[in-house]
Amino acid sequence: MTTLKKITSHHLFLPIFALFLLLLFNAFFTPGFFMIKFQNGQLYGRVIDILNRSSILIVLSLGMTLVIGTGGIDISQGSVIAISGAICCYLIGGSGSGEANVPMFIACIAAIAACAILGAWNGFLVSKLKIQPMVATLILLTAGRGIAMLITKGQNITVYYKPFTYIGNTIPGNILPTTIFIATAMIILLVITLKKTSIGMFVQSVGINSTASHYTGIKVNKIIFMVYVFSGICAGIAGLMESSMIAAADPNNAGLNMELDAILSVALGGTLLSGGKFYLGGSVIGAITIQTMTTTLYAVGVSSEQLPVYKAIVVIFICLLQSESFKALFSRIPENLKKSKLTEDKKVVMKV
Amino acid sequence: MKLLKKLLSVLLVLVMLFSLAACGENGSASNSSASPSPSSSANSSSSSNSSSTGSSDKKITLGFAQVGSESEWRTANTEDIKRAAEAAGITLQFSDAQQKQENQIKAIRSFIASEVDVISFCPIVATGWDTVLQEAKDAGIPVILVDRGVSADPSLYVTHICADALAEGANAFNWIHGYIKEKGKTPRSGDVFNIAILEGTVGSSVAADRLKGFKDAIAAVEDADKYNILFSQTGEYTRAKGKEVMESFLKSGADKIDILFAANDDMALGAIQAIEAAGLKPGEDIIIVSIDAAKGAFNAMIEGKMNCAVEHTPNFGDLLMETAKKIVAGEEVPSKIMVEEGIFPADIAAQELPNRTY
Repeated sequence: MTTLKKITSHHLFLPIFALFLLLLFNAFFTPGFFMIKFQNGQLYGRVIDILNRSSILIVLSLGMTLVIGTGGIDISQGSVIAISGAICCYLIGGSGSGEANVPMFIACIAAIAACAILGAWNGFLVSKLKIQPMVATLILLTAGRGIAMLITKGQNITVYYKPFTYIGNTIPGNILPTTIFIATAMIILLVITLKKTSIGMFVQSVGINSTASHYTGIKVNKIIFMVYVFSGICAGIAGLMESSMIAAADPNNAGLNMELDAILSVALGGTLLSGGKFYLGGSVIGAITIQTMTTTLYAVGVSSEQLPVYKAIVVIFICLLQSESFKALFSRIPENLKKSKLTEDKKVVMKV
Repeated sequence: MKLLKKLLSVLLVLVMLFSLAACGENGSASNSSASPSPSSSANSSSSSNSSSTGSSDKKITLGFAQVGSESEWRTANTEDIKRAAEAAGITLQFSDAQQKQENQIKAIRSFIASEVDVISFCPIVATGWDTVLQEAKDAGIPVILVDRGVSADPSLYVTHICADALAEGANAFNWIHGYIKEKGKTPRSGDVFNIAILEGTVGSSVAADRLKGFKDAIAAVEDADKYNILFSQTGEYTRAKGKEVMESFLKSGADKIDILFAANDDMALGAIQAIEAAGLKPGEDIIIVSIDAAKGAFNAMIEGKMNCAVEHTPNFGDLLMETAKKIVAGEEVPSKIMVEEGIFPADIAAQELPNRTY
């Protein structure tokens, strides 16, 4: 009993449980959902697709988790994704001959660096000028796509340089998509950094009470500035994966509304949007859950008009599952049942 | 507290004053621009009357208010209208609204003030045009809508030149039907041709019409039971979603899909990548047809990865000029004019590519 309680009270239990329920649904209603086969020397199946696509969201949600941990929010991520893709594709160039104008490595670094600067801008507004995070990042949310359009001159740039597609797809000879490796590497790096240094604790303490943190000697502004830069870098990497996946920069649609998905995955992971204690593992599972949901709905063949409704139903269900008051309501049910049973027994006795 | 109230009331009064002043200014501005016009308008209207009744040698002036330059398609559209005006000997007053309705309304008002012979514009949004269209009507200037429509009273404009989304969908299917017959293709599995459809954005009228046109065309052929729509899902007109949804289709039935119909080029280009990743040959194993026929689709067709692109043309400049001339000459024109659009199969893609403007 105690071990069961230990498991159910673990902070990752509910996010994993929600994901498990979704997978269970698929096991029964989607034929061949878990089937993985070997094709062209790589693994091929819906599960791989889910991992491949959720990697982008995972990377995004890592940045978002830290930002939310400090009690902030970054709604500019989607636009930064568009800028990252635009810069990288612009530098590599859309020449039909399949050659790169600028070496791909430099183009990628340039894109990520630019996104770090954009993150620094957000961080500057929030930490130095004390603008509310939602408003501060709203600036880039609106302006970002415009910037991306300026870079690509309003057109989609299609890249014919083959190695560029490796980031979002599979490097020949590998059996898994590169995105999975990138996301895993990011997770490991971040976890080690947070465990080995006290940054994680600082982020939490800023989120719980920034004034108190300030008086204990934590450089609150520096921490806040840093998490926004990190969020920008995450968005930059996600932007590279996203544009590489379709081998094109699409400033209008790349990363559209993705910041909302990132916020949702952080919330599904059990981190409170008010800041404080944050759960990286939860966010990762939240991101996978969201992608599983999308893939499931496509697999089941829900018609396009009804798609958003079903998505909403699943999200409501998962949120309810995690709500404390809702859980309290349910934990009372067994007692109520017992009570009603008792009264029934009494009635029976009376009749006799 | 009292002070605050006082301040507020002063502020309110100021705001009201300003708005009044703004109104006045507007009025006076329109007056001043209109004031010299009565005399000149009397002149020009009589002259234009005489010209329309007499000979049509007077040069027609067309005021055109464009949406902006948000895409290659729009840029090509602008270029075509400018070219066609020059070729037809029509004086063009061109205005770029930069995606803002108020700019477009301003442009139309200035066209009215400068008494052009015909006004044409591509409405940015469907609503809010009644007043300015009424002004044009009162001034006796005919209005031609292009591309998108408005929700205003149809009596306020003369005609609407636009692409026929229903016909585009139907063209796509009819080409597939002909292609299958010509090549004697057989279904990859079973005895019906399974179709996968990538729809446009939900709620867009063009997306709905393209889908409807396609489905109606299936129902219209004599052997309609030979075709089966196996999958249909929105790809939101984007390459990324087109690829993701196609991946899902392929997981459910890679060995069944014979035909892919995408409501725009971008989704087809994304789907092609998914098909290749699934180990199939796009264009051979699966017949791929999309709408728009932009350069990207032509490149794919030249590589043999796509079979046909149905045109959604921005090149209706000539038609617009011709219609404007007819209206000025007093001829009757239908209330809706459909643009004729081409169909480009892969075998003529290479020779057509240099002619593509978008």
